[in-house]
Amino acid sequence: MRALLVVAAIAALVALPSVVSPYYVTVILPAVAYAIALLGFNLLFGYTGLLSFGHALFVAIGGYSAAVLSAKLGVKSFELVLLISAAVSVLVAIPVALLSVRYVRIFFGILTLAFGMLFHSFLFKFYDLTGGDTGLRVLRPSLFGREFADMDKTTFLVGPFYYYCVALLVVLGFIMWRIVHSPFGLHLMAAREHPRKAEYLGVRVRFVRFLAFLVSAFYCAIGGVILAINTGQADPELAYWTHSGDLVFMTVLGGFASFFGPIVGAFSFVALKGELMGLTGYWRFVLGVVLVIMVVLFPRGLVGVGQQVWAKVRPR
Amino acid sequence: MSVLLETSGVRKAYGEFVALDEVSLTVSDGEVLSIVGPNGAGKSTLVNVLTGLLKPTLGTVRFKGHDIAGVGPVMLARRGMARAFQLVHIFPALTVGETIAVAAISQTGRARRVFSSVMKDAELADRVREVAAIFGLDGKLATQSQFLSQGEKKLLDIASAFALKPEVILLDEPTSGVSSADKHGIMRTLMEASKRAGVKAIILVEHDMDLVAEYSSRIVALQGGRVLADRAPRDFFNDPEIVAAIVGKMGPRHVRAA
Repeated sequence: MRALLVVAAIAALVALPSVVSPYYVTVILPAVAYAIALLGFNLLFGYTGLLSFGHALFVAIGGYSAAVLSAKLGVKSFELVLLISAAVSVLVAIPVALLSVRYVRIFFGILTLAFGMLFHSFLFKFYDLTGGDTGLRVLRPSLFGREFADMDKTTFLVGPFYYYCVALLVVLGFIMWRIVHSPFGLHLMAAREHPRKAEYLGVRVRFVRFLAFLVSAFYCAIGGVILAINTGQADPELAYWTHSGDLVFMTVLGGFASFFGPIVGAFSFVALKGELMGLTGYWRFVLGVVLVIMVVLFPRGLVGVGQQVWAKVRPR
Repeated sequence: MSVLLETSGVRKAYGEFVALDEVSLTVSDGEVLSIVGPNGAGKSTLVNVLTGLLKPTLGTVRFKGHDIAGVGPVMLARRGMARAFQLVHIFPALTVGETIAVAAISQTGRARRVFSSVMKDAELADRVREVAAIFGLDGKLATQSQFLSQGEKKLLDIASAFALKPEVILLDEPTSGVSSADKHGIMRTLMEASKRAGVKAIILVEHDMDLVAEYSSRIVALQGGRVLADRAPRDFFNDPEIVAAIVGKMGPRHVRAA
């Protein structure tokens, strides 16, 4: 059943550009980026039990790396931009993780929040490097060496770039699926459930938390690269703490207890936000109300709701 | 009979307060060593020193020739010593099978595998079933731990420690929270399991003197942080002074009709 849903979801994503307007595809493209970022974010949150309020930091590093690489260093290849940006993100994550994984719960959350805000102010202060509040331009990359120079920006984004990103989501999703079902993944969950007991069963609790943190930074940077290429801009908003909050929101909305929850959360959030912004200027207020309702009534998120409904209606 | 675990001249002080002093003891192959003593005698501190959680202020702790003073739980598990706690420690959201697999993964050096599947690992599954069967949990491998009965949780807690294939296992009041009628049942299961799992020595911390008398091969009595006696059960219970000092202080319900 789950496999069927996954195949159907991939088919729907592939079919999307031929069904809806190009404008709507550009609205959905960030959801693909967020889905990738949240796969990593939830390895840390759902599987390891560490809730970060600063992961926009790594999304922003992805975006700014893409900007520096494409606009300043002349790197065209999307593959190279992805790899280097993710590597930079992991490098930055090493000291942050080393400090943060010594703590759990609110202390971990506050520490990651602090690192996120630190980076946000860095983006403002170092104008020459980061472009300050205007940010940096991100140029269109080549895909597998092809430049698609004959296409205008939108055609490129909703065409080859969109399919490339969907393929990335599928591949990175598959890799994450393998990670959470591996011996390492089980040790992560043991560390979440009862760290002391886990240690006595030979789980290197801090080390597995540290690795999970680095993997999450890798995935968030990939998401950040896609976001920045989509808007053609890397700006400090990417690193702002409300953006970190959005990551948490999306994950809770979809359901952090489920592997697919964050992906469902990313698409629901982006679609919901798109609709609400067209309707009212108070869209953040409405989103907040939705979050309260989810947390109080459906703590397992949209995926949890789906599972409950399916349990009632399924043929026996 | 080779010595597995050995402390020599161990002292643990917290500022002015001396919790342990001059504690020297050995645990050898084939032994069931009970550690007894009234509350505040230093049992918990000794257990934490023996399992590498606390570093003694003075003295040495050696396990199979390795210094394990303060090495921490992970290294301890790798060296071949396991510990089960007095309070039940489980992973509520993990299944029985997964819980045992956590230890089996550590023991078989699989912890670095990031892409291989736990579910499809036949060798791991065999190890998990084998350990679960010893404790009668093989019918509940797919049950989430939080839905087990209290007794089953206790068994799972201990079973997961056994999955480390330890040479020495430290059981901290394994029968606490279990009705007195079931205590012997649990102890027999533990003794049997130890044999089947190849455990060479057991360290038992126990308040119930009936169980101590029945299952130990040697008893170490602590009082005020020092070793008061280190004897075979018969010598221990036949010495009125020792019985008065240790058993007497532990309350009338612990006194064994001698």
